[in-house]
Amino acid sequence: MSFINYSSREINCKIVYYGPGLCGKTTNLQYIYKRMNPDARGKMISLATETERTLFFDFLPLTLGEVRGFKTRFHLYTVPGQVFYDASRRLILRGVDGVVFCADSQLTRTDANLESMENLRVNLEEQGYNPDKVPLVIQYNKRDLPNVASVSELHALLNQRNVPEFEAAASTGIGVFETLKSAIKLILNDLKRGAR
Amino acid sequence: MNRAHFILREREYGAFLSVLRKLRTDAFAKVVFLVDKNGTLVASTGEASGFDTTALASLAAGNIAATGGLANLIGEKEFSILFHEGERDHMHISLVAERLILVVIFDRRSSVGLVRLRVRRVSEELAKILAAAQEDAGGEGGVIEELTEEDIESLFK
Repeated sequence: MSFINYSSREINCKIVYYGPGLCGKTTNLQYIYKRMNPDARGKMISLATETERTLFFDFLPLTLGEVRGFKTRFHLYTVPGQVFYDASRRLILRGVDGVVFCADSQLTRTDANLESMENLRVNLEEQGYNPDKVPLVIQYNKRDLPNVASVSELHALLNQRNVPEFEAAASTGIGVFETLKSAIKLILNDLKRGAR
Repeated sequence: MNRAHFILREREYGAFLSVLRKLRTDAFAKVVFLVDKNGTLVASTGEASGFDTTALASLAAGNIAATGGLANLIGEKEFSILFHEGERDHMHISLVAERLILVVIFDRRSSVGLVRLRVRRVSEELAKILAAAQEDAGGEGGVIEELTEEDIESLFK
């Protein structure tokens, strides 16, 4: 749910990066943090285990330009990808305006991708959303690794809604900002439609 | 879930701020924050410049969400009050009207009992302002309605 503050003249939206464990959700946020102008981003917070696995969430606030005199602010969250953190994932989806599904392109992670996408749909529904309507962008990450599934295979497996999809290698930044921009556009367009 | 926007207009912002200021004075608190349950800062008063308010809002919401999850596990609807005790500063976090989170940071000039008492008193006032804000907004999108494709594109130039 977006938050429009007429006093501070800000529009705030929440984007959640979802996907199986070790698919690169945190890496996406770290790259964005590294590359954004410090004036346009806040502190990145990672609630992680000692081995740097996400325990609860990562959080990165971004401030983009102004539209119609309102600053646009986007709060980026990741969920913990490991299967047993499902309760935390549900909590983080609360109030979400748009989702980036980060898939791991490696062939060995096919089942994990599918399971996570199904889990996303279930959890969105549990939070009262229609999983076919929530703004969604899919990122096929780790394209730089060997033994990856083809984009058409991944599309057939994960992108039944035919939403925007991007190839990425988040550790080097390929596709990271394209994915984010697409999610932001979808969200603003969705908010606009929802307001009517 | 209601996917309408949460719209905060000047009038309600002013009303929230005035309640927060009174609470800060009456509870001898250092800082008082009001946060949306989704983790966005609504208003703050006091020595807030020393804090990363955006991060604080997000973590307070995460904290409430996690303890809410714990509450559900033992058959409670919500734990409506959380208290964190530090060496110097302490934090009292409470849920207002199931929608807003009131965060009070205080030190030895005050006490948890006093903060709890004052918070309880202002929670109803905050809930009334929130109800008025929601009624006032009436599903109206305002600035969002007027957004054009060009506006959205302009963010990425």
